[in-house]
Amino acid sequence: MNNINHSNSGVLLKLTDVVAGYGSGMVLKGVNLELKKGDVMCLIGPNGAGKSTVLKTVSGLLPPKEGAVVFEGQNIAGHTPKENLRRGIVHVPQERSLFPGMTVWDNLLMGGYLIRSRKVIQDRIDEAAHLFPIVTERRNTHAGSLSGGEQKQVELARTLIFDPKLILLDEPSIGLDPKSRRLVFEAIRGLATAGRTILLVEQNARSGLAAADQGAILETGLVRITGVAATLLEDPEVARLYLGASTMTRPPAKTQQEN
Amino acid sequence: MKLSKKGASPFFTRSGLMRGGVLIAVLIVMPQLFPQHWIWNMMFFTVLYAAMSVAWNLIGGFAGYPSLGHAAFFGIGAYATASIFKSSEILTNGWQPFFMLPLVGLGCAILALPIGYIAMRVRANIFAIVTITLLFVAQTLGYNLKSITGGAQGAGLSVAPFHLDIFEQPFYFAAATLLLFAMGIAYFITKTKLGMALTSIRADEDKARGVGVRTTGIKVITFAVSVGITGMAGGIWAYYLGFIYPQFAFDPLITIAIVLMTFLGGRATVWGPVLGAAILMPAQQLLAYYVGGSQIYLIAYAAIFLLIMLLLPRGILPTFLNKRRMDSMATKGDLSGTSTTPVTTGGSKS
Repeated sequence: MNNINHSNSGVLLKLTDVVAGYGSGMVLKGVNLELKKGDVMCLIGPNGAGKSTVLKTVSGLLPPKEGAVVFEGQNIAGHTPKENLRRGIVHVPQERSLFPGMTVWDNLLMGGYLIRSRKVIQDRIDEAAHLFPIVTERRNTHAGSLSGGEQKQVELARTLIFDPKLILLDEPSIGLDPKSRRLVFEAIRGLATAGRTILLVEQNARSGLAAADQGAILETGLVRITGVAATLLEDPEVARLYLGASTMTRPPAKTQQEN
Repeated sequence: MKLSKKGASPFFTRSGLMRGGVLIAVLIVMPQLFPQHWIWNMMFFTVLYAAMSVAWNLIGGFAGYPSLGHAAFFGIGAYATASIFKSSEILTNGWQPFFMLPLVGLGCAILALPIGYIAMRVRANIFAIVTITLLFVAQTLGYNLKSITGGAQGAGLSVAPFHLDIFEQPFYFAAATLLLFAMGIAYFITKTKLGMALTSIRADEDKARGVGVRTTGIKVITFAVSVGITGMAGGIWAYYLGFIYPQFAFDPLITIAIVLMTFLGGRATVWGPVLGAAILMPAQQLLAYYVGGSQIYLIAYAAIFLLIMLLLPRGILPTFLNKRRMDSMATKGDLSGTSTTPVTTGGSKS
């Protein structure tokens, strides 16, 4: 098991002046972020701010042009996704990543394709099933016939097969109805209590921040504000600029969801 | 809570061993019951085509790359065997060509590596077109490389010195051995990670790469194994006929037959292609036997193919197994089911 360490000293991931982009245009123009072990951090910001790009530079899908990505004290900027996967960084992309024609169970096994030991895969699946009962209940169902929310849960369960230290989630709630969305955010909290560190990108800024410990607001390739998620949620300035002005007079998202 | 039903299933299951045993028994006993030559002949072709269908299923079924060029390798295997055993000097007791088969198969497989590497740069549907081109290239070469193939005049092998009463038997058992070999590979695939990898390639190749499957290597090697077996089948066929022509060695109908058999029985299953061959080949031969040496079976092929597409798009075996699974779930009132069947059914492709 990886360590369940909530102490403030343990920095798992640190981005320093990260510049990255596609072609000649730079999407990230010097991003600084710090993520502690066991924390859930939610990145919010308008479209095109570079939220997904941050995740890609961490997982290795997009090597940064400048700056350092330090994971567990080691600069991993420019390392391949495969190396980073072995290191314990799992990237769950925005689009559906399950094999629709394969059963839930086979999808989980596929998640452990690179792991040689069947015993290890089995233990990890048992652990995942504990957190996500759906993988046992629907084990012989084709993943394609699950609802969007159920598929996302299976995807999250699949990440556990790598025993990840850091899970990168790109818009996990996209295209989900409110009930499924709540299930997914509960699952993310579940992962966090199981000791996983999570970096989350979310358009549903309120729900995302409500599920997170830390929040960071990204705008035009720069981190504008970082802070405790609950504080950001209540900050009237943040609410006006990034959470939609009309929500100012409403109660916070958490109580809305519980209605 | 232990969930290890499929994850830790042993390599040899009791039912798997039993089915294998029954098949071997049937392969040995069946021909003994029928002394007629035409039945031996029919069973030889059934078993030979079953072996080729199982081989085709490795790449066309499990990996979802429908090759239409397998007949090219059938012909290459046939002509390789023919050119080795042109003269009767090396054919003392008649068994040498069978022992030469693994080498013929290996040759075909090695030849397939660069071809597969290039052809598989395109995805499934285009791959079908690329491979059918390969077949016609091979056929044209068969007609024109006269020094090797004898061109349209055909190529002769020395006649097998088997007693006429049992003439078909050695060929039959060679084909049966090839069938068991091919099925062994198919079984191995369903029982190991390789099967998962191939299924994931069929389902979505980009995602398969995403979880770490080395798609190119696996595809090309599976293709090579598949056509290697097909080449060996061509070798047995050439030796059995004793005289071969490009028209029949590189025959698109061979490909069509094995594809049809696989689709009828069930793609991506161990037993489906065998079942398909056991239905279609005797049907074709009986049709020829009773109606006369006609090409009626070609019309029948087209009709059968349409019927499969309409009524059994997944083939007999997967449809049957799925129904049984659904029934057992319904009686248990249990949605999770406990099926350990290796049958994985991909999306309906092509």
